[in-house]
Amino acid sequence: MQKQLLAAGLLTIATPALAETPVLTVLTYDSFTSEWGPGPAIEAAFEATCACDLQFVPAGDGAALLARIQLEGAASEADVVLGLDTSLTAAATATQLFAPHGKTPATTLPVEFADPNFLPFDWGWFAFVHDKTKLAEPPKSFEALAASDLKIVIQDPRSSTPGLGLLMWVKAAYGDRAPEIWQGLADNIVTVTPGWSEAYGLFLEGEADMVLSYTTSPAYHLIAESDDTKAAALFDEGHYMQIEVAGKLAATDQPALADQFLDFMLTDAFQSVIPQTNWMYPAVTPAGGLPEGFDAFRPAKSLLLTPDEALAARDAALAEWQAALAK
Amino acid sequence: MNRAERQTRGLPARLLALLLLALVLAPMAAVGWRGAGIALGPADWAVIRFSVTQAVLSAGFSTVLAIPVARALARRRFAGRGALVTLMGAPFLLPAVVAVLGLLAVFGRSGVLNQGLLAVGLPPISIYGLHGVVLAHVFLNLPLATRMILQGWLALPAERIRLARSLGFTPNETFRHLEWPMLREVLPGVALVILVICLTSFAVVLTLGGGPSATTIELAIYQAVRFEFDLARAAGLAGVQVALCAVAALVAWVMVRPAGFGAGLDRDLALARPGGWRWGLDGLALILAAAFLVLPLGAVVLRGVPGLADLPASVLPAAGRSVLVALVSAALATSAALVLALAAARRPAPGIEAAATLPLATSGLVLGTGLFLLIQPFAPPMRLALPVTILVNTALSLPYLYRILLPQTRALAADYGRLADSLALTGWARLRWLVLPRLARPLGFGAGIAAALSMGDLGAIALFAGERQATLPLVVSQLTGAYRLEAAASASLLLVVLSFALFWACDAWGRRAGA
Repeated sequence: MQKQLLAAGLLTIATPALAETPVLTVLTYDSFTSEWGPGPAIEAAFEATCACDLQFVPAGDGAALLARIQLEGAASEADVVLGLDTSLTAAATATQLFAPHGKTPATTLPVEFADPNFLPFDWGWFAFVHDKTKLAEPPKSFEALAASDLKIVIQDPRSSTPGLGLLMWVKAAYGDRAPEIWQGLADNIVTVTPGWSEAYGLFLEGEADMVLSYTTSPAYHLIAESDDTKAAALFDEGHYMQIEVAGKLAATDQPALADQFLDFMLTDAFQSVIPQTNWMYPAVTPAGGLPEGFDAFRPAKSLLLTPDEALAARDAALAEWQAALAK
Repeated sequence: MNRAERQTRGLPARLLALLLLALVLAPMAAVGWRGAGIALGPADWAVIRFSVTQAVLSAGFSTVLAIPVARALARRRFAGRGALVTLMGAPFLLPAVVAVLGLLAVFGRSGVLNQGLLAVGLPPISIYGLHGVVLAHVFLNLPLATRMILQGWLALPAERIRLARSLGFTPNETFRHLEWPMLREVLPGVALVILVICLTSFAVVLTLGGGPSATTIELAIYQAVRFEFDLARAAGLAGVQVALCAVAALVAWVMVRPAGFGAGLDRDLALARPGGWRWGLDGLALILAAAFLVLPLGAVVLRGVPGLADLPASVLPAAGRSVLVALVSAALATSAALVLALAAARRPAPGIEAAATLPLATSGLVLGTGLFLLIQPFAPPMRLALPVTILVNTALSLPYLYRILLPQTRALAADYGRLADSLALTGWARLRWLVLPRLARPLGFGAGIAAALSMGDLGAIALFAGERQATLPLVVSQLTGAYRLEAAASASLLLVVLSFALFWACDAWGRRAGA
């Protein structure tokens, strides 16, 4: 009874104090905030240092994030947006809703990346994932894949960021020959799914020999399921990268706290959570190194269009893709 | 009844219809207002053509194939008949992705069918393409069509059946004089609902379509909002979708012919059960339909069971929120649909008809985006996530209920309307003593459909949900997005079981109260 009274008393004292705690709202994609994603551990770690309340708000996938920010405009309650990728940052910059971060942090990305508005927090290489026990000798290039009778599942670039990434991959690797590559791939493509999860599900159900995913996907199966049968096929033309970034909104009412969060984002406390929750490479390799399996499939060459190139190439690449696969 | 009373009687229905129109059109206007007009290019026309083709084929096959199944269910009695009728509710309630995976377990590359073909040395068949899209839509909608048509068969008055029997009608004559007029009344509505569902279908079409040419208008809207943030284009495409559905609704409205059987004394009299080849045909229809439905459903269950024990902790509260949304939406939609269907039964009411069909045609994404734009100036949309989800689900499930109720309210008005008027049975008393007892069966079925639909909806909530507001379908989508496919399969199974339980409870109540 006394304990309850004490608790009640403490609560009444604590409530006004709680009301004054500043709130930092971070808009991000769904799987980041879920209990098996990086969100909870990062929230706990940041709140331990910031004397604030960090709130993650989920808003669909990466593309939905940008649409959401554009919908809300300057009236947004969000202070930071986390989870856009470099296919989207040019469009995001054009909205003029983001503020420069003014930082030049050191990262361990395999390519140069500097953007006045956005800081990277993780990255990965797109790759076709397959089952080693069913496909021992995977193709070593898009041309070899097109020449084979292997079946693949890909995502639609009109509704998913990996789908858009594949479009950019073929464009970055083959330039004007991209339509020819797509025509060659047309009879290999079992189907095109709206998002990553449908495609990956179809692959695991045995509907295709390979699926467009990431080089780190096999590490998930290895670590979380003790299953070492999955592998990523390494292509000679190089692998397109997805760099996921965060940016501060210009209309934020917590600019200092937002800056503090962006700094925190590149420290070990944040970065060490990434590999085994988001299954991507951390932007700064943590002191403890990378978990098992993250070094198994490292492409020799990385491909990446700059955000402006990606935006400029998108419409034409999309039209080529549609024309090549429409038959 | 005096003139004033006559005028006020349809008022609630008219207000409700207006409200519904506003709910659908205002968000579209809000989205469209953000930009200038749109021009449809050749690619858009290809998308529109494909949307219409697959929707017409899907609706046609679902409706036509449902007739023999509904007839067999109506005139045969066998062990497990009740279970089969209830099971008819299940596929319709499956989330699209779950249904696709269930179908692939049977028809996919490593599915049961191709394993069988392989064993006897035949080449495998591919499910990907227009035929796969239609197959999936038939799987999802055949049961709904069967249930709706079955309601029509059960509503045939026993007196007419007895008369037919004493006149020595052959099965063919029974069909011509009793069953065909009933079908003329019921089928256009059934086909319309399915056509419109398939027209706005998105994930199923893209996943099984096999390539970018299998694209519906809904995907083009998705692309316009997500990647191009071209809201004017999204609103324009949504407008095209609504216009197509309006044309379909008009066609169905013109084709409906009241059967005009008159009232019976509600004696339970089974239809004649012709033997011989007709017995064989009924049996075949039932066996094929049951196998077509049960095999993919079985695959869904098998996939989900292993992970049930270690579901993540967030699943249970999400399931609770989903059940709450489902129950409230079902109650609201059932009441609203009853008001509209009663009003439309008394005299032709194109306005009400349009209001009750429009929500089906609207794009979920445009509706959600528009509501977001409308609400944002007044309150953070996150705080209204659950109320908005309930509102949207009420609007989206109302058209099904309306279609299910309408043939029955028409019969009610024709058979008992004048008697009830002459007895001055109005208002609450009329509802209590005439409407509810006579409509219990379709009301229960419809409420079940509404509850289950709301349970599985992933439209509005995905746009509005903040932290700790996720519903079960949202958790499933989060799980699949994070490699947790086994947990997702189990959470989907939970979703399906809960939806089905809600559907079963409502449906069973209707059947008991209506017996």
